[in-house]
Amino acid sequence: MANPAPVQTLDLSARFPGVLSPDTRPGYSGWMVENARLLEFAAALRDDLGYDYLSSVTAVDYLPEGKMEVVYHVYKTTGGPGLVFKIQVPRADPVEVPSLVSIYPGAELQEREAWDLFGIKFTGHPDLRRILMWEGFAGHPMRKDWHEPYFEEEAKPLKSRWPDGTLIMAESKNQYGDNIAYPKGFNPESQTFDPEKALYAALRTYQKDELGLDTDHIIVNIGPQHPSTHGVFRVAVVLDGEKIVNLKPVMGYLHRNHEKIGERNTFIMNMPYTDRLDYLSSMSNNFGYALAVEKLMNVKPTERAEYIRVMMAEMTRIANHLMAIGALLNDLGAFFTPMLYALEERELLLDIFEAVSGSRMMCNYFRFGGVARDLPEGVLPKIKDLFFERLPRKIEEIDRFLSGNEIIRSRGIGQGVLTAEDAIKYSAAGPLLRASGIPYDVRRADPYSIYDRFEFDVVVRTNGDIYDRLMVRFDEIRQSIRIVQQAVKQLPDGPVMALKPMYQVRVPPGEAYGRVEGPKGELGFYVISNGKPTPWRYHVRAPSFINLTSFGPICIGQKVADVVAVLGSIDIVLGEVDR
Amino acid sequence: MESNELNSPDYVIPPELQAQVAITSLDKIYNWGRSASVWPLMFGLACCAIEMICAAASRFDIARFGMEIMRPSPRQSDLMIISGTVTKKMMPIIVRLYNQMPEPKYVLAMGACASGGGPFKEGYNVVSGVDKFIPVDVYVPGCPPTPQALLNGLMKIQEKIKGEPIKTARWYAKGPDLAEIPIPMLGPDLIDPRKITLIQNGEKS
Repeated sequence: MANPAPVQTLDLSARFPGVLSPDTRPGYSGWMVENARLLEFAAALRDDLGYDYLSSVTAVDYLPEGKMEVVYHVYKTTGGPGLVFKIQVPRADPVEVPSLVSIYPGAELQEREAWDLFGIKFTGHPDLRRILMWEGFAGHPMRKDWHEPYFEEEAKPLKSRWPDGTLIMAESKNQYGDNIAYPKGFNPESQTFDPEKALYAALRTYQKDELGLDTDHIIVNIGPQHPSTHGVFRVAVVLDGEKIVNLKPVMGYLHRNHEKIGERNTFIMNMPYTDRLDYLSSMSNNFGYALAVEKLMNVKPTERAEYIRVMMAEMTRIANHLMAIGALLNDLGAFFTPMLYALEERELLLDIFEAVSGSRMMCNYFRFGGVARDLPEGVLPKIKDLFFERLPRKIEEIDRFLSGNEIIRSRGIGQGVLTAEDAIKYSAAGPLLRASGIPYDVRRADPYSIYDRFEFDVVVRTNGDIYDRLMVRFDEIRQSIRIVQQAVKQLPDGPVMALKPMYQVRVPPGEAYGRVEGPKGELGFYVISNGKPTPWRYHVRAPSFINLTSFGPICIGQKVADVVAVLGSIDIVLGEVDR
Repeated sequence: MESNELNSPDYVIPPELQAQVAITSLDKIYNWGRSASVWPLMFGLACCAIEMICAAASRFDIARFGMEIMRPSPRQSDLMIISGTVTKKMMPIIVRLYNQMPEPKYVLAMGACASGGGPFKEGYNVVSGVDKFIPVDVYVPGCPPTPQALLNGLMKIQEKIKGEPIKTARWYAKGPDLAEIPIPMLGPDLIDPRKITLIQNGEKS
């Protein structure tokens, strides 16, 4: 799907002579854009060609060639395959690239991430601060020549562990006996540290009032330890009375270096790590990563495996939406009772996950070319019982309790509105996008796996408020139940693995972008292989993270009490926001 | 707890009074009360927090142990469940929360990450176990531990509480044990104020 169709190829290079050239590296696709004319090209792409949705911005460090590359994925919200374009800049200091925020505001947080992790300066970016690490951290960690304090070797399996088989504590190799490293001659007593300074400067607290006096707005920090932030998320809001004047999400409190570790791991080793991205929906994460690597390897999973995958992915969606509904109600003040109803059903789904994969949450069930093992005996009747009898009834019951509730209606309807134009502009995805009236669902817009065989509706609501986001989740659960019902009926017999079991998969060089419609939105995995056992670049297009771009614009003008409700309705998971 | 369990074994109570009267030591009744009303801090870090929520929900029902009252404020809580990966960026906040909790306080490291870094140990932003900074009472293995495993860990905390005599309790004594833990700083990397001389010398501990 990342490959543009041949017809487009001709059109584009003729349309932008001297700006575009096809990416001719073996295994690569897309277009190389002339650095100086990026903005002009992107504006034409958005306005004339209809590629209105910037899905992903990421950087790649080609250390041997001395180049940095920024990769953009754009789509049309009317559906169809995407378009990839890239720009390359020399790996000098500083690495500068024009910022696309003025054309696609959805690039804001992603460009900040690329600045933080790769040190690419986006000229023209309104607020280029570090995002995942703190201000003042030494170095840009995703660069290939930056080594973490516990660095042993470039790639796994580490020689000390295999084949030598000796146990080495990572602490014993570090200078300080801990996971820390400092620049040479660093003396902590000679300076003070204030990582917050840049944040508060960006919030601009002082404003002149009509008399010309300095009036002070109040800054309130919500989180990182707060019961309504769904984890260690922090929001810094500037208040005028109770009204929100400005809001900045602050994240990185759960940044556990997924991508850096992922580039040291072999391809198959990353599978269990993907579970821990969005830890409420591990099966979907597996799905996206498996798709990306299968595209590189040119493998097709077996029929039975495809059906099992779809079933598991849809069950995950239901489990995630149940949790999202319960958590949103928690935030609205209905503490824990709706959550108990939701968790009751979620536990039944987790039982199925435990039966097929051995673990309740961290399933690690997908493999390249299929799934790890077949459905064990007794699971299929259980699924049938749950999806034909119990779940449809229970969802209606929870819906009946909630959707007419006066408090939910008064706090949800017309509050926290994201318009359709803004949703596209800020690259919102998933239920957030569909509640704003854009019927964009990757399962329909650009079908992967076997989703084109199932009958289901793309859920859409038009108001874009908190209530609609809640209702979209209910409707999506109903559609997922439909899909699982069809999959159970059509499930064929046969093997569940297309490949022979092997210790390490061989992945030919090239790039691939696998995207699935995760419960929170479009989940993409951008993987580059250079033929070695480990990926050269491994990037996750995390929907929770990118959905937060629109969090500020939604909240500005609302009351401070609505922040938690809006955040609950966006439904973030910190493992995926921070990675 | 039944009154005969609470009773000290050396005293004989007439059978007609056994349901109403128990003769016991102050230690026993004090610890019995404490162990059956441990209030955890409502504080989720990562994946393990979801299993913590499941443990609090109806299927596993943490309320059976008197622990269902999760307090969002550290000032009102007795137990800190470190439920997930501890990152360097989060470490100063965790230490601050720990310092704000009143004694007696307990820490339970839930899962592989909190206990020793877990699968993310090699990451540049990950602290190799929360015990590098704050003392941990119980470690629960697993990634993530099932709710049953967490409940087992909580029962171990209860066991520990029941074995602490008032006489030697550290929160009634004066001494270095009760000193606040210095809050780490975020410089070019995480800086532990207790290790400043080590960092200046650049030597191995």
